[in-house]
Amino acid sequence: MTQEETPKEETPKEEATQEEAPPEKLTVEERFLLSPGPHLRSWYSVSRIMYIVALALIFPTAAGVYFFGFQALWVVIVAIVAAVATEYGVKKLRGRPFIMDGGAVVTGLLLGLILPPTMPLWMVAVGSVLSIAIVKEAFGGLGFNIFNPALGGRALLMAAWLVETTTWVPTRFMPDAVTTATPLNMSFVWEGSKTSLWWDLFIGNTGGSIGETSALAILVGGGLLLALGIIEWRIPLTYIGTVALLTLIWPGQDPIFHVLAGGLMLGAFFMATDYVTSPITYKGKIIFGIGCGVTTVIVRLLGGMPEGVCFSILLMNALTPIIDKYTMVRPFGLKKVRSEG
Amino acid sequence: MAIMGIRLKKKGAPHGVNLPESKFTAESPIEPLPLPEKVILPLHQNLGAPCEAVVTRGAKVLTGQKIGDSEKYVSAPIHASVSGEISGTPMVINPPTGRLIKALTVTSDGEDKWVELEVAKNPKALSVKKLLEKIREAGIVGLGGATFPTHVKLVPPKDKKIDTVILNGCECEPYITADHRVMLEYGEKVLSGLSIIKKVLSPDDVYIAIEDNKEDAIDHLEELVVAMGFKDEFKIIPLESKYPTGAEKTLIGTILGREVPIGGLPLDIGVIVQNVGTAKAIHDAIFEGKPLIERVVTVTGAVKNPKNLLVRLGTPLRSLIEYCGGIEGKANEIILGGPMMGISHYDLGFPVTKGTSCVLVKETIPVKEQECINCGRCLSVCPMHLMPTMFAKYAKAGRYDACKEAYIDSCFECGTCAYACPAHIPIVQYTKVAKSELIKRAANK
Repeated sequence: MTQEETPKEETPKEEATQEEAPPEKLTVEERFLLSPGPHLRSWYSVSRIMYIVALALIFPTAAGVYFFGFQALWVVIVAIVAAVATEYGVKKLRGRPFIMDGGAVVTGLLLGLILPPTMPLWMVAVGSVLSIAIVKEAFGGLGFNIFNPALGGRALLMAAWLVETTTWVPTRFMPDAVTTATPLNMSFVWEGSKTSLWWDLFIGNTGGSIGETSALAILVGGGLLLALGIIEWRIPLTYIGTVALLTLIWPGQDPIFHVLAGGLMLGAFFMATDYVTSPITYKGKIIFGIGCGVTTVIVRLLGGMPEGVCFSILLMNALTPIIDKYTMVRPFGLKKVRSEG
Repeated sequence: MAIMGIRLKKKGAPHGVNLPESKFTAESPIEPLPLPEKVILPLHQNLGAPCEAVVTRGAKVLTGQKIGDSEKYVSAPIHASVSGEISGTPMVINPPTGRLIKALTVTSDGEDKWVELEVAKNPKALSVKKLLEKIREAGIVGLGGATFPTHVKLVPPKDKKIDTVILNGCECEPYITADHRVMLEYGEKVLSGLSIIKKVLSPDDVYIAIEDNKEDAIDHLEELVVAMGFKDEFKIIPLESKYPTGAEKTLIGTILGREVPIGGLPLDIGVIVQNVGTAKAIHDAIFEGKPLIERVVTVTGAVKNPKNLLVRLGTPLRSLIEYCGGIEGKANEIILGGPMMGISHYDLGFPVTKGTSCVLVKETIPVKEQECINCGRCLSVCPMHLMPTMFAKYAKAGRYDACKEAYIDSCFECGTCAYACPAHIPIVQYTKVAKSELIKRAANK
């Protein structure tokens, strides 16, 4: 026992000296950083992801400018500038630090791309303000918003100025005969062959919103996001797949037309895949994609509006928390516990 | 060179991440570090109970002499790693917990006089009980980093039959090459130690799991298995290099397709995993009578000459770094262990302990935590199929019970989620906070 007592007597003394002056010749320069693990970080950061998305959106934007002229570029620029300025202003008002993480750039850019090229620029700016101030920041900012800010902004613009948000103009390369409206409108008449219609829809030579018309450009941008691991294949595939399948079995409908026309492509690759407003689990993503697809087809074929992408994604955004709740991942080792009782 | 029947088909873990390997010292032979002037031996170097000193200040000790022991079953004794005099009984910080623990300082007499090493005449004929006793007396703990006392791990409960033993040579953490070099340079000892493990547990199958970034170690052990006559006993499984393949539960899942139940141990499904360094230590204890007083440590990162060193336990980190030419370039952090699960320490006077596989010197630029953007990267990489972001969210809100319902106890803090997180959320920290809070609450009930 005596052996054990000795260290006990010693300890308080040693402890005290340790606190006053650390042992040995420890100098201030030799004190190292204490930081929590892991001490490695992957390359991805929120702002890098945002700017890659913005980069991928250059392709649909370029297609829009090519087909609709420079008025389209102005819409996009005004939308981006207004979005960033609004985010800055709201953050200052809320007393929160403003981080240029690229989120507002992506929101503004996306909003510009889902508006008609002829939209008055002041209305575009109002849309950006609504997107950021109401749909995003009022809910708490990035990470807390329930609805996709760009789609929410567009929905609010539609409520305010229905005519301006649904007035479509032909592209610079279209004959006058088809100037009526977007292909999804009831009054749309196509006089050429089916394959030439598909081709025009594919490359984007058709009336519509700035960034929605060219499926080709969207596929290039979306493919880039898939390749870089920014988005995940489940939502785009199930969304587009569901629309194709439903219109295939729906009498008198052309699935290729439905996949290529309207905002489906842009919505499926760039809007429905928005991290914040879509489910986090793989199963949830599949349910989300199918839900978007079903709603889009119902709105297009049975509803009063020509296009359903915007509202179907917003509807599924609202359901995202509950989808996540019921698609929790099965943890490793759980089943065994149950089977063993 | 592939010999039929020993090397099995390569397997890969379904989850995890590919990390930059940065194994700069893979080709560097193990160099013995010159004897330190002084060693600091914390009396708590295992996952179980702490030891009490069995020598007093001023006592003369020999290398390999027991200086700390515990009456508790789940504990492992501590031995003097140099000969000399017990010169102090300081308190040192235990990095994983941040608490102060007792330690003994031995000032070396520079002679390295060993205690008389007891080796049985025919070690292979020793009874299982005797083997376990020797393993305990040698102070052997899991050298992969967990430091669980080996003599406890090798005695499964009577109702649990162990059918498989896996020797873990994965070393999936970046930078570390200690186990790699041990397999290459002490391969015979590793296999001999493994044969002792096999004798103690008498399993049906024995697998040696090595990641495919160590092709030379796979080849070497394959040849040794044949040369040493273990051809029918040991099988080598190459694994895809990925993090955290070498984590116990992941490893078992990958190799055997069995899931360790939540809250359970590998022995619940008939498996025991041992690290290659531990196997070598078992050989040293049984065939050479040597207690665990040294280990291989990789010193790497921002040092002039990164090396693999054979280090006496208790050697201050400063000696290791100085031997490697000192810190070079920008560095502000010293990490004990690998970059993923290692723990940073502020003081170069801190000693190498049984669980120190690596000393990594690196520059860390603190990043700001952002809000979760729900990207799901943490879910897709989690080896335990958990939802790590939820732990962070719940912990921030103080909803620790919700953490428990989300199976936070299954998390072994590998850090893959926080690595992948683009919002730089320190998920592991939140998880640790929630876990310790849950333990406190359970204790208060």
